[in-house]
Amino acid sequence: MYRILKKITSTGIVTEPPPAPDEALRTVQQRLSEAVLQAFGRALTIRHVDPGSCNGCELEIHAMNNPYYNLEGLGIRFVASPRHADMLLVTGPVSRHMETALRRTYDAVPEPKLVVAIGDCGCTGGIFGESYASCGRVANVIPVDVAVPGCPPTPLAIMSGILTAIKLRVPA
Amino acid sequence: MRIEDFGFEMEALPAAMPVWHAEVDPAQWISAAQQVRSHGGRLVALWGADQSDRGRALEVHLALTARTGLLWLTLPISAPDAGAEFPDVAAIFPPADRMQRAAFDLLGVRATNAADYRQWLRHAAWPANTFPLRKSVSARTMFGKARDDYPFVPVTGDGVHEIPVGPVHAGIIEPGHFRFSVVGERVLRLEERLGYKHKGIEKRFEALSLAEGARLAGRVSGDSTVAYAWAYAMAAESAAAVTPPARACWLRALLLERERIANHLGDLGYIGNDAGVAFALAQCSRLKEDVLRLNQSWTGHRYAMDAIVPGGVACNLEPQVAQTMREKNSALAGEVRQIKGIFDDHPGLQDRLIGTGRVLPELADRLGLCGLAGRASGAAWDLRVQFPCTPYDQLDVHVATHRNGDAAARTIVRFEEVLESLELCSAMLDRMPAGELRMEMPMPRDGSVGIGWVEGWRGEVMIALEAGPEGTLRRVHPHDPSWQNWPLLEHAVIGNIVPDFPLINKSFNLSYSGVDL
Repeated sequence: MYRILKKITSTGIVTEPPPAPDEALRTVQQRLSEAVLQAFGRALTIRHVDPGSCNGCELEIHAMNNPYYNLEGLGIRFVASPRHADMLLVTGPVSRHMETALRRTYDAVPEPKLVVAIGDCGCTGGIFGESYASCGRVANVIPVDVAVPGCPPTPLAIMSGILTAIKLRVPA
Repeated sequence: MRIEDFGFEMEALPAAMPVWHAEVDPAQWISAAQQVRSHGGRLVALWGADQSDRGRALEVHLALTARTGLLWLTLPISAPDAGAEFPDVAAIFPPADRMQRAAFDLLGVRATNAADYRQWLRHAAWPANTFPLRKSVSARTMFGKARDDYPFVPVTGDGVHEIPVGPVHAGIIEPGHFRFSVVGERVLRLEERLGYKHKGIEKRFEALSLAEGARLAGRVSGDSTVAYAWAYAMAAESAAAVTPPARACWLRALLLERERIANHLGDLGYIGNDAGVAFALAQCSRLKEDVLRLNQSWTGHRYAMDAIVPGGVACNLEPQVAQTMREKNSALAGEVRQIKGIFDDHPGLQDRLIGTGRVLPELADRLGLCGLAGRASGAAWDLRVQFPCTPYDQLDVHVATHRNGDAAARTIVRFEEVLESLELCSAMLDRMPAGELRMEMPMPRDGSVGIGWVEGWRGEVMIALEAGPEGTLRRVHPHDPSWQNWPLLEHAVIGNIVPDFPLINKSFNLSYSGVDL
């Protein structure tokens, strides 16, 4: 126990300031009222769905929870069930085999809800495109509020996308 | 086993390591597989190809580890219809089972008298009598939704019930379905159903040029982008019969070892976290981030995607970045040792890890477990030692092995491999040759073939490539070590309790995208 505490103390707090929202990432006009966004801004829950990514975006979503980015420090956390979620974070092109599962997950999220598509594949279908096996971009299957390009987008870019969706400006 | 022993002609391919290629008949196909198995060799990959547009036939390919190198067999199948059959090798090499089923789903080549004929990669996106990798099928064809009723193996008895999990999982992970049959908390049987992420990667390759293919190869499984990009570059260079500059090979290896370090650190954090030690995740994910940030300042990309290209590498390692890397590496080694000490002495953590998710060496050998999971179950096999390419032939790689085959062993192997990779990085930084970064890639001859084979952090990544005319790709098959290791996860959980499954799963950390293709 002593060694754990010593390591924690010697590491200190490494968390860096969060990024600002970026209205350019928005694909549709804000649908939610100011009151709802106020509530989301204080405690947002996210359900991540990977309907076909290469797993690259998942690495950066994990990274948002490391001590440098400390997403949970902003009151934003990942939940295990879509029924507990306010937002879906969707990566990758949507494979045809995951199309139904993605729709069902979307339907299971209670209103009001937000969808953020992650990565070049989520935004456009990326290098995989549309084919016998791929539906292409996320917006081809469910409505998308904010889309964050990048291959994969950095943790800061993904955080910026999430904060854009809830219009949250965190004081630095 | 000398190459002549197989009793048929083979051609040595120009490659970064010994690769022998032969066209065989069905009898030779089986006898070679049996001979390799009897000498302790393993199956690396099995895949199909369509040559009927060239007036030839469908083909099945088999890659095996012989003592003298990689043995690549091509079996032409004359009947280009749905009844096209080839001799089953799953009876000799069990991991061939899912590969054969995938080959049927995509190309309609069927293993004769196989034990399992259920679909594998095909769910509902295309009908049973359609084979999307056939040259006659356009990649843009959208098929109506077929029916998907996969017959899971039922387990019956007093008090047995099923827990279906997925495809959408409860964490930030890839999709797949796990069907547990349990009594109380105890797992009687786990059956995996994958293929959810099938996005037509192999078909997509055929629409790309040799140069563009490198980008796609780096996105077969994003966490192994360096391993895949290197394997692809090797395959392309092998097909074009060229050798990349020495400095490029050393830089590729440096990238590969950094990929191993970053992924192992991430896994160690999550293994600790899944056993209730959040401290491990906080510390290891911080160290991983440091590695990624240095990758960014070196290659302009946190995971070094697209840094390896056919013919060499896309960016140099500047002296000041090399100096920073030296300093950070020695600091990182110190921190990893500290954390390892905390893991080793943490009774609660060890209690969760020891004896959990065991794969005994005998079973691992019989079922062909490979990569880091294989090494944790007694398989002293590491491509960097067995068939070293440049620069591993000039480095002294120590293979980390363990015999317990449990989650604890897989954790220890990861720690040891991180420390070994840090040593290798230091050695490479000290001895890095000067010279060119990349060469002009000549266009491979139409129909020429090549293979790339790389020990990624998870295990051996292999890419087989056939060039088409004027710099196009005729066929590319990427193979992930997870093909071999997923079936072993089903064995590892037997008798364990359901709440230990996430921990066991994480201790393997297998790829979905890499096998769903």
